[in-house]
Amino acid sequence: MIALLNYFVLFPLLGFLISLFIPARRESLISTVAIGTAGLHLAGALFFIGMWLFSGRPTLDMKDVVLFESKSYEFFIDFDFDRITAVYLFVGSFLTFLVTLYSRHYMHRETGYKRFFNTILFFYFGYTMTIFSGNLETLFIGWEILGISSFLLIAFYRDRYLPVKNAVKVFSIYRIGDIGLILAMWASHHLWHANITFLQLSNSELVHEHLQTHSFIGVFISLMILLAAAAKSAQLPFSSWLPRAMEGPTPSSAIFYGSLSVHVGVFLLLRTFPFWEHQISVRLLTALLGAFTALVATGIARVQSSVKSQIAYASISQIGLIFIEVAAGFENLALFHFAGNAFLRTYQLLVSPSVVSYLIREQFYGSSTRGQSIEKSYPQRLRNTFYMLCLKEWNLDSLLYRTLWNPMKWAGSKLNFLTVSWVLLFFVPMYLLGVFARYSEGAIPENVDAYMPVFFAFIGLVMVLKAFTKRKKARMSWLLIIMNHLWVALAISFNEQFSFGQIMLYLSGIMVFGGIGLICLTRIKALEKDLDLDRFHGHSLTRPKLAFIFLLACLGVTGFPITPTFIGEDLIFSHIHENQVVLAFFVSLSFIIDGLAIIRIYARIFLGPHVKSVYETAYRSS
Amino acid sequence: MGDKELIDERRMKPQKSTFDEYAVIHDLKHYLPAQAPLKDFIHHNTLHAFQDLSFYKGIQRASAIFGYKVSLSLDEYRRLYATKRISEPVLKQVIARRKGPQAVATWTDKLLNGSYETTALPRIGAIRSFWKKKYRVDLDSLVHPLLFRILCNYLDQGISMWSFPTVATSFLGALRELERTSYSSFFRTKRARTLLLSGTVTIGELLTMVVGNEICFEHYLFDQQFAHQGWSGMVSVIEDQPETMLDPKPIMLHDLIVFELLLELDALDDQFGKNWLPLCTQLPDKPGDLFSPVIERELDEVLSIWQDAFEWSYYDQVLVGLQQEPALPIDETGKSFQAMFCIDDRECSLRRYLEHLDPRSETFGTPGFFGVVTYFQPEGGQFYDKVCPAPLTPTHLIKEEGKQTKRERELNFTKHAQWFHSGWLISQTLGFWSAAKLVMTIFRPAMSSATATSFRHMDKAARLTVEHTPADMPENGLEVGFMVDEMAVRVEGLLKSIGLVADFAPLVYIVGHGSSSVNNPYYAAYDCGACSGRAGSVNSRAMSYMANHVGVRTMLRERGIDIPDTTQFVGALHDTTRDEAAFFDEQTLTAVNRAGHQKNETTFAHALDLNAKERSRRFMSIDSKADAHHIHEQIRTRSVSLFEPRPELNHATNALTIVGPRSLTKQLFLDRRAFLNSYDYRIDPEGNLLTNILDAATPVTGGVNLEYYFSRVDNQKLGAGTKLPHNVMGLFGVANGIDGDLRPGLPSQMVEVHDPIRMLFIVEHNPDVVLNAIQRNPATYEWYINEWVHMIVIDPVTRQLYRFQNGAFTRYTPGLDHIDETKDVTPLLETGHDNLPVLIMA
Repeated sequence: MIALLNYFVLFPLLGFLISLFIPARRESLISTVAIGTAGLHLAGALFFIGMWLFSGRPTLDMKDVVLFESKSYEFFIDFDFDRITAVYLFVGSFLTFLVTLYSRHYMHRETGYKRFFNTILFFYFGYTMTIFSGNLETLFIGWEILGISSFLLIAFYRDRYLPVKNAVKVFSIYRIGDIGLILAMWASHHLWHANITFLQLSNSELVHEHLQTHSFIGVFISLMILLAAAAKSAQLPFSSWLPRAMEGPTPSSAIFYGSLSVHVGVFLLLRTFPFWEHQISVRLLTALLGAFTALVATGIARVQSSVKSQIAYASISQIGLIFIEVAAGFENLALFHFAGNAFLRTYQLLVSPSVVSYLIREQFYGSSTRGQSIEKSYPQRLRNTFYMLCLKEWNLDSLLYRTLWNPMKWAGSKLNFLTVSWVLLFFVPMYLLGVFARYSEGAIPENVDAYMPVFFAFIGLVMVLKAFTKRKKARMSWLLIIMNHLWVALAISFNEQFSFGQIMLYLSGIMVFGGIGLICLTRIKALEKDLDLDRFHGHSLTRPKLAFIFLLACLGVTGFPITPTFIGEDLIFSHIHENQVVLAFFVSLSFIIDGLAIIRIYARIFLGPHVKSVYETAYRSS
Repeated sequence: MGDKELIDERRMKPQKSTFDEYAVIHDLKHYLPAQAPLKDFIHHNTLHAFQDLSFYKGIQRASAIFGYKVSLSLDEYRRLYATKRISEPVLKQVIARRKGPQAVATWTDKLLNGSYETTALPRIGAIRSFWKKKYRVDLDSLVHPLLFRILCNYLDQGISMWSFPTVATSFLGALRELERTSYSSFFRTKRARTLLLSGTVTIGELLTMVVGNEICFEHYLFDQQFAHQGWSGMVSVIEDQPETMLDPKPIMLHDLIVFELLLELDALDDQFGKNWLPLCTQLPDKPGDLFSPVIERELDEVLSIWQDAFEWSYYDQVLVGLQQEPALPIDETGKSFQAMFCIDDRECSLRRYLEHLDPRSETFGTPGFFGVVTYFQPEGGQFYDKVCPAPLTPTHLIKEEGKQTKRERELNFTKHAQWFHSGWLISQTLGFWSAAKLVMTIFRPAMSSATATSFRHMDKAARLTVEHTPADMPENGLEVGFMVDEMAVRVEGLLKSIGLVADFAPLVYIVGHGSSSVNNPYYAAYDCGACSGRAGSVNSRAMSYMANHVGVRTMLRERGIDIPDTTQFVGALHDTTRDEAAFFDEQTLTAVNRAGHQKNETTFAHALDLNAKERSRRFMSIDSKADAHHIHEQIRTRSVSLFEPRPELNHATNALTIVGPRSLTKQLFLDRRAFLNSYDYRIDPEGNLLTNILDAATPVTGGVNLEYYFSRVDNQKLGAGTKLPHNVMGLFGVANGIDGDLRPGLPSQMVEVHDPIRMLFIVEHNPDVVLNAIQRNPATYEWYINEWVHMIVIDPVTRQLYRFQNGAFTRYTPGLDHIDETKDVTPLLETGHDNLPVLIMA
């Protein structure tokens, strides 16, 4: 039985890969592949779950492949199957099957028919990878795929301004969640001195023993997990991304943001529950966060005057309750609640356009549901204050903007002095100096040596900040991103003696894909002349192939699991010591911004309304 | 001196200013989209604001000012030419007519090979773009999301559970009240808040703060409002027709502008503190006047020649067909039944099948309200539905009594799921029920309470108060039911206008139409336009009642229309999506007629099957070669499928309005592209009836046609884009996502098969009479003289064609000499998805 686990993950991947090679005009073949993949997966899942129930619901764990091994470090793919996976598998395959069926006709004749099903299958692959994952590393792969496929689906109507803008916005919040996971992984390396599986976590004695001596690091890990879960499940303060993600075709919004994607945060909590079960403070915090979200989101949902945003906020408030249930240890209830909420919101979103004729009819016959709302009984000033706050979504959207983007933009604008010649004349020699210092023993005094990693990581951070805020040259921005990784590599190499091979592992993907990206940008620059990052160019309309290659390059450079860099990133973190919080902070911050800067370049150059208005373009506000 | 006096004094001061805010608002309202809320969706000319200019001048001007795409692209026309959809002889003829015969070669070359610069920035937005260019501030991003949200919440008709807490007589008043009584604020800075609370600030004063220079005020306001023309247009429509909101929401465009300027001021204060100067004190040079004359480029002329050629390539086939058609043998055997349909292009093929299946039947077309101008109140309804053309104001009310069916509830639309505690229960119970429903809707789509269906408009088993009785008291100023003489006038008017004044069959059907669809916010656009976007069942049933009334018959006899006592009128409803028909009051039929009716019902059923089959050729998912009955099942399923964005194609491909007897078109295969209005010139030598017909039909079919035209050529700016991501806003409009502008116009799914060509009116009469008829009403005449629709007259005696151009009718000779004939169109229908040529059915 265990041997079947990886097929459940590989099968959607196979479907996805096949779907990539079908010509775009073969509509029915494309949807058949998607429906076939989802349908067979559902059938397989039902069969497997049946078998599993019959054999007494054992918890299954399978160590699949070891991708990298050194004496202190092992990176392996691991799969798990238990009650949690079973429920997520059933709900996921059931809804994906129905939604692909639904979309077969719904998407008929839409430009991007193929892209839609590609992305759905890619998403589904990420989803199964996540729910079957047996360790944090495997989960992280799925997690990243979910993030990127979300970005692609929100920006499905890539020739309009708002979908692209919102896709970037959602991606940046996902990125925060990613960093939560990376740091959790980093800290857990130091806690366990090994890559631990979720199964091992359920050994409460083992967990207890480790946490006893490292209670701070234990809390840190739990908090990072909570951060990742809250971002992915749109809990406070991240909630405002969910309604803004409803930019794609309705069925994709239904399956992603109504049901599956948004409950992945809950999955992470359920999965890691044995780890933080005994950390009462974390459980309290999780429950409080859930409760607070449930309250605030209900208020916001009640004032929404558009159907989809109402459903989104109502769903968020239910997920808040699920957080409480998880924190309270009611795993079964949480699973049941998840399934019900997922089904309900999917259906509600799918029938949402019917709301006009239905509610107008209700209103016409005087049975308008707009009765006396409970708020009428509040004191006026209090009521109106709440109304206004809910109307403004408690400023959540601008809060994120102000606390995250504005400081970065501010910092970036302080770096205006960094010009090309600066980079060439100062940073390149300095880097060489750094490399020299690294390889010549005793060149720098020991007490300075200790500060080198932080110093170099800081320079890397400066590079990527500059890349993120650049208004003009795209290629320069791209180069800065690559340089950031070089600085990070240099910084870490000061930290510890480890083999050159590991550095190469980390840099290989970045160099190869960085080069490809640079070629793409040079090519598009030659073709279109202007590559200003201050506006959207929408070149995917006329140059779809180049856009696709560049997207791959972006994924490669961000450490997406298509290159060894992915393992390298994890490895780099394993060489940051547990007392080097500043270094960990700089490196992780530069990874966040790095991802943002890359996706920004992609969005600005290839997405959005086309620069030349000869193509029918929509209003910016539409 | 009190505040009030101060204000008064300010008003009294002589105006030195050249900026007149009311004049600018008036102009703005003229140019903004005029689409009403979804439930009252009615087709109209999208560019109605330019209709006082000739078609090409008007659209070129609209394009230069507002940046709309107003025709197909050069490449699209060239492709049409390459695939012979634009015919070469017609193209040459069009060039010769416009540029003279000697210019044909040079212009043909320009059309086919010329290369033109097609990028041009529109004038709109020019001033406001300086915020971004010079101030590096994205004002739209800072202002729009909050503005749309507040506006939508204020106007909301019932989506939100907690509705706008303050009510006042105006939008600004409600906002001021909320701002005053809340600890939170709409604004981030003080100045804007104080100005809102003061309640006296004018648009002019705000513009002085934000824009500075008075020369730019008008342009700035246009830039600002056209940055979200969907919302502004909706506000403007609600201001003019407040009754369109069932939950009344007083609002004026003026208030929207004031509030938007306040939000802009707030955003700028927040961004720059005190250190910023108004926009136009900084402009390097003043941008050109928004409305200065537009100079025609050669490209414009090339495009208009292509457009003409595209149009006449089709028209000429029709016109040749009309002339080539063999004369019909006169049928002496008597009629089995007669049936009146709406002029709607969707009825054209059903009529063909009925006539084909029962050669002794006869069909007519007339606007689908059948002359019954009234409001309708269904039993239990809290409001009145207008069921006549939108411009008319009824003085009568028909009520439904004794309803038998109950309204179904949809638990999934319950609002309790949004509260966290009840939502907790619901998602754990109803949630699983939803899973089951989801499976059902995908594998077995069926009618549900979410479906909008025409059969629900009126209950078949209920009675209608068509006839006024002394016991009926007027309700809200409306007369309940019609007096006998009022009924007689309406019946007479209807029968004369379609030329049915003798030779009555024993059964005369009056068939209204409606539609059924689910997940379709545009449901009102699918129903009968002549009934203000409602189904035509009340009208058809009421008209039948009137025509069957003994008193009415007596009065008609006095006026020369002798309807035999054996003749009975039967009201009916044709559902154009499902291709189903319902007949009303069948129990009043005599035994003889009942037998006849049973036979006719079978004919109808068969014709509906065939009609469904013909329609299916446009739907890729249905195999049109299959048996008609089988296809009909699939068509029915389609109408109730949640996942079907094209339950029917509505008016797509419409191109013709033909006013004349059925014999004129009976043997032409017109591929459901024609509005057919029955008319007999012989009983209307003066053209009085014709005037009425054209006054009604011109704006309706012309409006349908131009809405399709513009939504097709610029689906992004003039249409609604694809409907797949649409999100319903406040029950009155749709937007993409949650913080976008409203999208007026038609979605791409409705227009993708449409050929954007103008409406060709064809009238059978003497040209002089027709000229007189169209000139009587200036509003009607504008359509023709400015060529927003075309007009061809066919002389009933000589069969010569006359084209109306530059105010006169001149002889017209088509560029083709003949069209093909066919014995059977079925094989053709079974294969092609595209528009078919006009054919003679021999």
